[in-house]
Amino acid sequence: MADHTDRSARGIVRDVVSGHRRAAEVCEAALARIRAEEPRVGAFNTVIHERALARARTIDASAPEDSHAARLLGVPVAIKDNLCTEGVPTTASSRILGGFVPPYSATVVRRLEAAGAVVVGKTNLDEFAMGSSTENSSTGATTNPCDPSRTPGGSSGGSAAAVAAGMTPIALGSDTGGSIRQPASFCGLVGLKPTYGRVSRFGLLAFASSLDQVGPLANSVEDAALVLEVIAGHDPHDATSSVEPVPDYLAAIDRGVSGLRIGVPSDLVSDGVDASVQRALRGALDRWRAAGAAVVGISLPHARYAIPVYYLIATAEASSNLARYDGVRYGHRAVLGKEDGLQQMYDRSRDEGFGAEVKRRIMLGTYVLSAGYYDAYYLKAQQVRTLLRQDYERAFEVCDVVAMPTTPTPAFRLGEKTSDPIQMYLSDVFTVSANLTGLPAISLPVDRDAGGLPIGVQLTGKMFDEATLLAAGRALE
Amino acid sequence: MSTTLTRADVVRIAELARLELTPDEVDLFTRQLGDILDYVEQIRGLDTSGVTPTSHVLNRPVERPDTPVPSLSRPAALGNAPDAAHEAGLFKVPRVL
Repeated sequence: MADHTDRSARGIVRDVVSGHRRAAEVCEAALARIRAEEPRVGAFNTVIHERALARARTIDASAPEDSHAARLLGVPVAIKDNLCTEGVPTTASSRILGGFVPPYSATVVRRLEAAGAVVVGKTNLDEFAMGSSTENSSTGATTNPCDPSRTPGGSSGGSAAAVAAGMTPIALGSDTGGSIRQPASFCGLVGLKPTYGRVSRFGLLAFASSLDQVGPLANSVEDAALVLEVIAGHDPHDATSSVEPVPDYLAAIDRGVSGLRIGVPSDLVSDGVDASVQRALRGALDRWRAAGAAVVGISLPHARYAIPVYYLIATAEASSNLARYDGVRYGHRAVLGKEDGLQQMYDRSRDEGFGAEVKRRIMLGTYVLSAGYYDAYYLKAQQVRTLLRQDYERAFEVCDVVAMPTTPTPAFRLGEKTSDPIQMYLSDVFTVSANLTGLPAISLPVDRDAGGLPIGVQLTGKMFDEATLLAAGRALE
Repeated sequence: MSTTLTRADVVRIAELARLELTPDEVDLFTRQLGDILDYVEQIRGLDTSGVTPTSHVLNRPVERPDTPVPSLSRPAALGNAPDAAHEAGLFKVPRVL
């Protein structure tokens, strides 16, 4: 069914632009693949068959003259269901957004469409992107296409699974503490969290506003670079989006790693890290060295505090952001009795609408922001966040990128960590630092364990230096 | 300060968070939030005196001209509202008083 080129967005663009294939054929192949794989994988909350095909036919009827508007011509994409899509339900996998149909699209979705991409559907996630396994979803869990007994990771697990199962060549995810990189690692993909401010969040349902970024999941560095190039850049609708010029990422990926200094925080990569993951990191470092890079030891003394800092800051911001779901203007409203007033409407709509993990985080965030605890928890966490940033500033005096595992283990089993929130949080130990510091980070599929499960390695770069991460990733392909 | 989170604390936080928790949820969260607070306790020992907090990594002022631009129409803004009064152009909520 699916042509082998359908794993490559650039391959599809070449075919469609040259007239070798029609966008509608590519779209039909993707939809057929979705029909065949969805019963096993469960990657999507919504598939928009008719709309996607209509859009593909429009592209076939009048291909753009402008090559800029054809950078993703005819490429099927999957969109994480916390990004607004005009006229298409957007749920964040939460009951509280049941029935919500956004009146506008996120800037990243508009940019993909303006480049010729065809949105085929919305992918499953941990509710409001809060989780690391895509099990905290009101629509049920997504499974890992590499092994159906395991999670695809999370929270962008649906996007990762859609790409890993060959349903779409590329997908968008969001990353607040590792939600693009960890599923990319678990599913054998390239996943990139751009620098804070590199990509617009307009139309992304906010979780933790000082941490959230949108980025690509893809089968290759080349496709990740292509998507980043399309979605990056200033957006007047998002005051946190940067005016920093967008470089030509595709041109940068082939520049090699000769002379690149790769820092490794060896003291961090020991306890609790699976032997297969340590081996994968060593293997990747050997290959980078052979390609001309130098590996240097660095120290990130505050990285061991990243998880507690992250869960204090992220939950505080979440408790504030999720206050908007009140049953007044959109989403779920509880059925009320005659005697019930506004207060009951708020309290009951939110209790019925939010799942357990979201409530847990709203509660924790409300607590750490409440009178008497603010200084001890929230302010303290923000200060340690500064110390962590300073660790990276010092490291970047002696290296250009920092290498570490993406996750301590390969994909864990469905149900393995659902009863213990802290165990689930610890799976983010290597990824949260990039969000707290704002630095760009990429997960690269470098190895497999004895059972065939993918293992990723993560590189963190300097602010706005995605190009070096992509070039280093390309050197391993 | 070691953390002992009580049921009463959880009930008070739930009120602040506008969540009507069931008794089972109160029990579960008393235990789980207590565990999480014990876990994050480790940062309290760090010396952070004189360290400027980071609330945001891009600490720069953002300005834009104060010019009106088109935004959502009233029907579009009301389109998702439960029980909206479309003709009057209003959101509707239960009586407040």
